[in-house]
Amino acid sequence: MEISISEISCCFNNKYSIKLDEFRQKIRGDLMAKVNVDVKGETCPVPLVEMRKAIRNASEGEIIEVEGTHPASKKEIPMAVEALGSEIVDIQETNGVWKIKIRK
Amino acid sequence: MVDEASKVDKSTIIVHSGDMDKIYSAIIVSNGALSMGMEASLFFTFWGLQRLQKGGLDKGPLSKMHFLGLGKWMIKGRMKKANVVSLERLIKDFKELGGKVIACEMTMEIMGISKDDLDQELIDEYGAVGTYVQEARNSKITLFI
Repeated sequence: MEISISEISCCFNNKYSIKLDEFRQKIRGDLMAKVNVDVKGETCPVPLVEMRKAIRNASEGEIIEVEGTHPASKKEIPMAVEALGSEIVDIQETNGVWKIKIRK
Repeated sequence: MVDEASKVDKSTIIVHSGDMDKIYSAIIVSNGALSMGMEASLFFTFWGLQRLQKGGLDKGPLSKMHFLGLGKWMIKGRMKKANVVSLERLIKDFKELGGKVIACEMTMEIMGISKDDLDQELIDEYGAVGTYVQEARNSKITLFI
């Protein structure tokens, strides 16, 4: 789905491609996570460790959503995900609660 | 020869101190390394080895301001408030993510500690300096705590 959208967006002018980017962002944000990891209120190193455990236990291509409040982890989880060769799909934050979606 | 390029992503830490705060540092760094896709080993020696005695993981004093236990009691209260997890939980995560615990055999002899005194469920290997060097020469991170 995503690949085909980005291919189409290349063919459109800027205005449309921006719209499509927003659309893609929305799809990514709406992707249903199969695995949910709740680390709200947890501090170092628990969010990182729980993210790692979830990726280990997930199967290839599965979406994992980690939800937490520890500020440093919002920055560090994406670093770890990159090092682990997985992909960050979406990052959102509202009122100090962040949600990170990962595709294994 | 082991050159930089042949080193694997691994962290090897000598846990020489038995102080509670330093045990926290050693395990937290290791769990971070494991979480970020590295391998990790903890080599327990001297006062650190005493922490591998059954139920002894958090029995060490604070490295500073212990004040006969009062300081430790206060810090533990602060840690609980900050929602810091226990050493038991941290070492459980360490093992679950594939971390390796090595116990120093020479320390066991010096201190008269037998295998039965130690929490053998935690220990993957018993070894001496050669074991540490072998682990460390392939590690990108090695620390002495």
